[in-house]
Amino acid sequence: MFANGYKKKVGSAVLVHIILLVGAAIMIIPFIWMFLTSVKTMGESTMVPLVIIPKQLQWNNYLKVFESLPFLTFYWNTMITTLFKTVGQVMICSLAAYAFARIEFPGRNLFFLLALSVLMVPGQVFLIPQYMIMKDLGWLNSLQALIVPGLFSAFGTFLLRQFFMTLPKELEEAAKLDGCNQFRTYWQIMLPLAKPGMIALAIFVILWSWNDLMWPLIVNTSPDKMVLSAGLASLQGEHSTNYTILMAGSMMAIIPMIIIFLVFQRSFIEGIALTGSK
Amino acid sequence: MEIKQVSPQVKVHDNPKQRKMKQRRYGRGDLFWAYIMIAPLMLGLFIFYVYPVFQTVYYSFVEWGAFGNYKWTGLDNYNKLLTDTDLHRAIRNTVVYIVLSVPLSIFLSILVAALLNQKIRGLTIYRTLYFLPVITMPAAVAMVWRWLYNADYGLLNYALGLLSIKGPHWLTDPNIALYSVILVAIWSSIGNNMIIFLSGLQGISSSYYEAASIDGAGTISKFYRITLPLLTPTIFFVGVISLISAFQVFDMIYMMIGEKNIAIESTQSIVFLFYKYGFTQNMKGYASAIAVLLFVIILIVTFIQMKLQKKWVHYG
Repeated sequence: MFANGYKKKVGSAVLVHIILLVGAAIMIIPFIWMFLTSVKTMGESTMVPLVIIPKQLQWNNYLKVFESLPFLTFYWNTMITTLFKTVGQVMICSLAAYAFARIEFPGRNLFFLLALSVLMVPGQVFLIPQYMIMKDLGWLNSLQALIVPGLFSAFGTFLLRQFFMTLPKELEEAAKLDGCNQFRTYWQIMLPLAKPGMIALAIFVILWSWNDLMWPLIVNTSPDKMVLSAGLASLQGEHSTNYTILMAGSMMAIIPMIIIFLVFQRSFIEGIALTGSK
Repeated sequence: MEIKQVSPQVKVHDNPKQRKMKQRRYGRGDLFWAYIMIAPLMLGLFIFYVYPVFQTVYYSFVEWGAFGNYKWTGLDNYNKLLTDTDLHRAIRNTVVYIVLSVPLSIFLSILVAALLNQKIRGLTIYRTLYFLPVITMPAAVAMVWRWLYNADYGLLNYALGLLSIKGPHWLTDPNIALYSVILVAIWSSIGNNMIIFLSGLQGISSSYYEAASIDGAGTISKFYRITLPLLTPTIFFVGVISLISAFQVFDMIYMMIGEKNIAIESTQSIVFLFYKYGFTQNMKGYASAIAVLLFVIILIVTFIQMKLQKKWVHYG
């Protein structure tokens, strides 16, 4: 009986691994295929029967991407946009989130509800007026058009407020007795404690900012102010049938994010789990 | 009255002093800092998010001219919503997209999460692999799937060919293209939902399972009687969020199908039409009406979900 139960356990463990492995293969094969195509010759990529592994790795496909579009500029624009948006949004949201979580002031609930109501509205409802504002400011085709509207986030404020509310009050009270004003309490005491929450928010902002497509398509149409996602769209317009170049471009657009993910994997997972558990 | 209780030693004489006392109730200087701290956020939210909502509603009653000028046309745009067959088709496409992608993604995510929620080897590696599509730029995801789906040289039809099946034109056959997009949507959302379900599963106390084991319950019956009911709050949360974002599907259709594709009519979503009307055809008034419609639909659907949750969500 014992042996039987053991066999059953091993059997089910094998089954679990088989299911998970099939799933994992489905998840990873598109990436492998993207890479393999990116180093094939165009002939190899359209050969029947299929060539799986290219004879010689064609790294110059990546050079061709740089030749046809200013990809270095796309990288720079995407990085600057993501950096400013992330730092700015985390600062602005954490300031407000602290006030909402910890200071009593008239109108607190009203202001907080107003911020929350923004969360209910689908993004497209803001887009045309935001575009008109950018146009009126003369900001079309500029990096600030990509950055500025993204500095303010109801989601970020909500997330950080929830986080501040879980922190113990004792430290703050001690700071108050020492004569710290609210800003110093926030800056010197609460901010260091809220680091995990801020990292979670930062990861969301990085992810959304790096991958966003519609807003960059709308506001920045000149190649020198484009980001990677919109750049990929124009690459597709230029080389609609040459998949070796399209795949090389795609690889280049996703590799930085994959590296960031592999390095900060735990924070990513915890951040996503945090939003689900509130 | 309240003020007196806070500091009874100060007599309330007149109005200015009373005001001062009120401030003290909130703490000296606290008010000043509170408003300073929320000011940047509230100002930004107001300019870029609150005001635009009203502006979009206003725009939905105007007709846009070629030079950015516009004139009031009353309910014309809303009448057009009723007669625009492209829009009706887009709503139908979006509904099909939601009805298939959201439940299937949730089902598969729970399956993966449940399999990962045990002491198995390689947990982190599996988690990483399943999560990879989530962090990948949708524009790049769309690009590689276009290639995988390619009728002549795509990996998918090649694999089907090995089984001597002739694969379809995944992205250009109007009867199939929408389902091809849905498959990719499921593929790229499983990782995200799986993480949320995994953390939901880890929140279920093991004492429930121990008690059930003593009663002789098997793995399957434990799953249906314990895991699923206790997971319903998470399922509800993921369901609401997925539904809202599925209503806004755009990237995949823009990048994978594109405007010139013969299958575009049978795949374009509400937001794709919003983009097309608003930014490639400069019909910003009508596009605004579509945005308002989308907002109303999402509000109603979310409201219904909130109402229905009482029937099936267990808050333990």
